[in-house]
Amino acid sequence: MSATVAKLRIRYAKEGKIRFVGHRDVARIFDRAIRKLRLPTAYTEGFSPRPKISFGLALSVGHESDAEYLDVELATSADLEGLCEQFTAALPHGLSVFGIAEVDHKQESLQQAITSCSWQIEVLDVQQHDVEAAVAAALRSDDIQLERVRKGKTSTVNVRPAILEILVVGPTDRGVQLEVELATAPLTVRPSELIRALRADGSEGKVRRTHQWMTVADTRLEPIGRPGIAAMHTELCAS
Amino acid sequence: MKTVWPQLESVLAQVQKPARYIGGEQGAKAKAPDPNLVSWLLTYPDTYEIGLPNQGLQILYEILNEADNARADRSYAPWVDLEVLMRRDGVPLFSVEHHTPALDFDVIAFNLSAELTYTNVLNCIDLAGFAVRTVDRKTNDPFVFVGGHCTYNPEPIADFVDAVVLGDGEEVVTEISDVIERWKSHPDRDRIELHRALAKVEGVYVPSLYEPIYDGQRLVATRPIDDTIPEIIEKRTVADLADWPYPKEQLVPLTEVVHDRLNVEVFRGCTRGCRFCQAGMITRPVRERPAEQVRSMVREGLKRTGYDQVSLTSLSTADFSDIESVVTGIMDDATDDARGPISVSLPSLRVDAFGVGIAAQIQRAKRTGLTFAPEAGTWRMRQVINKLIREEDLYDAVEAAYSQGWQRVKLYFLTGLPSETDVDTLGIAELARNCVEIGKRYNKRASATASIGGFVPKPFTPFQWFGQNTPQELQRKVNLLRDRTRKMHGVNLKWHDPAATLVEGITSRGDRRLGPVIEEVWRTGGIFQEWGEHFNVDRWTDAMAKHGLDIDWYAHRHREEDEVFAWDHLSAGLHRDFLWQDWRDALDQVGLEDCRWIPCYDCGACTGYSIEHVVASATPPAGGSQGTGQDLHSGGAVPVTLSSKQVETV
Repeated sequence: MSATVAKLRIRYAKEGKIRFVGHRDVARIFDRAIRKLRLPTAYTEGFSPRPKISFGLALSVGHESDAEYLDVELATSADLEGLCEQFTAALPHGLSVFGIAEVDHKQESLQQAITSCSWQIEVLDVQQHDVEAAVAAALRSDDIQLERVRKGKTSTVNVRPAILEILVVGPTDRGVQLEVELATAPLTVRPSELIRALRADGSEGKVRRTHQWMTVADTRLEPIGRPGIAAMHTELCAS
Repeated sequence: MKTVWPQLESVLAQVQKPARYIGGEQGAKAKAPDPNLVSWLLTYPDTYEIGLPNQGLQILYEILNEADNARADRSYAPWVDLEVLMRRDGVPLFSVEHHTPALDFDVIAFNLSAELTYTNVLNCIDLAGFAVRTVDRKTNDPFVFVGGHCTYNPEPIADFVDAVVLGDGEEVVTEISDVIERWKSHPDRDRIELHRALAKVEGVYVPSLYEPIYDGQRLVATRPIDDTIPEIIEKRTVADLADWPYPKEQLVPLTEVVHDRLNVEVFRGCTRGCRFCQAGMITRPVRERPAEQVRSMVREGLKRTGYDQVSLTSLSTADFSDIESVVTGIMDDATDDARGPISVSLPSLRVDAFGVGIAAQIQRAKRTGLTFAPEAGTWRMRQVINKLIREEDLYDAVEAAYSQGWQRVKLYFLTGLPSETDVDTLGIAELARNCVEIGKRYNKRASATASIGGFVPKPFTPFQWFGQNTPQELQRKVNLLRDRTRKMHGVNLKWHDPAATLVEGITSRGDRRLGPVIEEVWRTGGIFQEWGEHFNVDRWTDAMAKHGLDIDWYAHRHREEDEVFAWDHLSAGLHRDFLWQDWRDALDQVGLEDCRWIPCYDCGACTGYSIEHVVASATPPAGGSQGTGQDLHSGGAVPVTLSSKQVETV
C-alpha cells in the first residue's frame, strides 16, 4: 500500500508490573501507541494491510529491561522533535521510550544484528561464596553441557562459548546479584539457563536486560545509545 | 491500604499468563479505598480474557466511580494454576486495580452471562474468604449481588446471593449505593435490614425474602415472606441510550482478550422476535443510540485507544436504522483522522447481500471471517423459530462474500428445536454444501464452517414450555450431520458438547432445589465449566442423583400451559399469554414480523413500562427480506417515534 521512505529505531525500557506482559502483547501495545501518535507508518500490501513494525529479540515474561528495541517503517518522513515524550505518554505505565533514531531503512533487521546482551541477574537462596566459586569454575571450564528443550526437542549442548562475561556484584536481600553478558548468536543462552549452568542450586530472582549489543567492524555497539551507528539523525531523550 | 501485591508478585512467574492479574489497563480507575465510600468489587466469574471486555461491567464501573459516594474495582476468576498457589499462601480474591482483598469491599457484584459460570461464583466467594451460603454470612461480610441475562431465573443460585438485579443497571446501581450508604451509617446494623431496604428498590430481588411453596414435587408459588415485600419484581429499563454514552473510556487491556477492539453499543433490545432467543425477548423494547452519538463515540474512542477496529454491538446491528449512513460517516471520519486503515465489524451480520456490501466497504484493516446465523436448515423450521430467512437471502449473502474476496464463511445453526425432524437437521448440511458450491465459482478453496449448538429453552421465551432434547438425541443429530457432511468437500462441521447443553438446560429453567447440586459440583472441583478440559457431566448427574432430583423432570419434560415456573415472581414485562400464543403460533409455523415497522401486538415490554421503541432514523434498512420472508424494497417513512432532543456527544 505504501513504500518505505524512512525507518525509525526506538529504544524503550520495560519495568514494574508490566514486566509480566509478554512480547506479542507489547507489540500490540506499540501498534496502538503508533496509531495514537498518528505516525505515518508504511503498510503491507494485500487483503489485510498491516503496519510495518518489527521487534528485536523477545524478552521473557517477568524480566525487566533498559534496552528493548523496535523498528517502524514510515511512508513519509516524521518530525522527531519531542517524539520520545509523546511516545511515553501514549504507552501504559512501565513502558518508556528514551531513544529514537532514524536509521537506513535497508539496514539489517534487529534480530539479525544483535550478537549479545548484558543482564543483571539475581540468584535466590544462595550464599555469595558459593556463587563466586561456581562462577570461577564455570569461567575456567571450556565445556559446560546443558540439557535444554527447544521447539519440543530435548538436546544437550555446550553453552560455555555463549557465556561471555560473569561478574559477581554482591548480596541482595534475597540472594546474590550477577552482571553477565550472554551471546545471542550463533548460540543463545538465556538467564535461566545461565543459572542452571552455574550449578549453584539457586533459583531466578529479578532479571533485567541492560544492553543489547551488535558488532560492527569488530566493535561492540548499541543499536541506539552510543555514537557511531549508521544513523542519519539521532535524537536521544533523557536516559 | 491493604494489598496482596507482594505475595502475588512472588508467584506470578510460576503461572500461565500472569498479565491477567496485574491491572494497569488504559481507562482503569484508581479511586483510592476509603471507608466512607460504598465499595463495589465488580467481578466476572471467568478468566480475565473473557471478562475484561464485558460491556455491562465496564459501564457500571464508570458510573460507580463517577458517583460521589461509591467506588468500584474489578476482579476476575483466577485460573486454576494461580488458585492453587493462592490457597497455599493464603492469598484471597483481589481487585486488579489495587490488589485489595475482596473482603474489604461492601459489595461483590457478579455479571452472569452463562449458567455454566455458577460454580465459579461460589469459588470466587470462597476465595474471598466468606460463607458461600447467604444464611451463614456475618454482618460485615460483603453483600453478593448478581446481574446479567442469567438473572431472569436466579432461583438455582438463590441460596448464595444477597440480591439480584433485573435488567439495565445504569440507574439502579446508584440507587443501591445510596441504600447501602444509609445502612452503613447505622451503628447497630444487621444484614436483614439491608435486605429489606434493597427489596424496596425497583428491579432488585432479594431471594431470602421469598419462599418457594411446593405441592409434592410441583412448585405452587414463590411468595414474599410478608406483605411489605413486593410480590412481583419488575426489570429495570433505561428509556433512552442517548442519556448513557458509556463506557466513555473503554478499558484497553495490556494483554490480548476476546473482542479486543473498540466496542460501541448502538442499540439495546431486538424486535425480530426469534422465538429461541432469550436476549431478544428480555431486552425489549428497541432503543437505538442516536447516529451522531454513535459516530462521536467511535471517533473519540479510536483516537483515545489506538485500536484499528471497532465493533458496533447490539443483538442485530445491520438492523440499526439507516446503518449505511452511520458506517459511511465512521469511515469518512477515519479517513480524515489519518491514523491508518480501520475496520468496522458488525458482530451479527444480517443474512443478505446488503449486509455483506456494508462489510466489504468497512473492513479495511483486518478482514475477519464472515458469520451468518440462519439458525435452522429448512424454511419450515425457520418459520417455527421465527427466523424468516429465505434460502435466497443466505445464498445472496454468501455469494456477495465470496465474490468480494472472503474465502470462508461461518454459519451458525441450532439443533434440538421444537418439532425438528431429521429432514430439518439434514437441511443444515444442504445449506452448507450449496454455500460452498457458490463459493467455488469464485475461489476453488472456498469453504464454509457450520457450527451446531444444542438448543436450550430459556425463561421468558415462547419456548419456555418445550422439553429440551436429551444429550443422546442431540448427539444422534450431530452424528447424522457428521456422516452427511463427511464427503462434502469444503464443508466443516463444529458442534457444542451435548452434555454441556444438558447442564445449561437443567440450570436455566431450574429452581431453588438445584442450590445443593451447584454447591456439590463446586465442592467436588467442578469449576470453569465453560472450559471443555474442566467440564465433566458426571459431576452434575451424580450430584442430581445424590440430592434426589430427576434430570428428565428438569430438562426434558414438556411443561403444561398453566405450570408455575420458578421465575413467575420476576417480570421482563412480557405477558405470559403473549408468550403462550407465540408458542402455539410456532407449532403452527406462523411467523411474526418485526414490530418496529408494524403496529404493536402488545407483548407487554413497552406498554407495561410506558416506554416505546426509540429509533435513530425513520428509514428502515434496505434490501433482502429483512427476516420477513418477503421481498422488500427500500422502506420509506414508517410510523415510529424519532428522538428529537439534544444528545450528548463525547
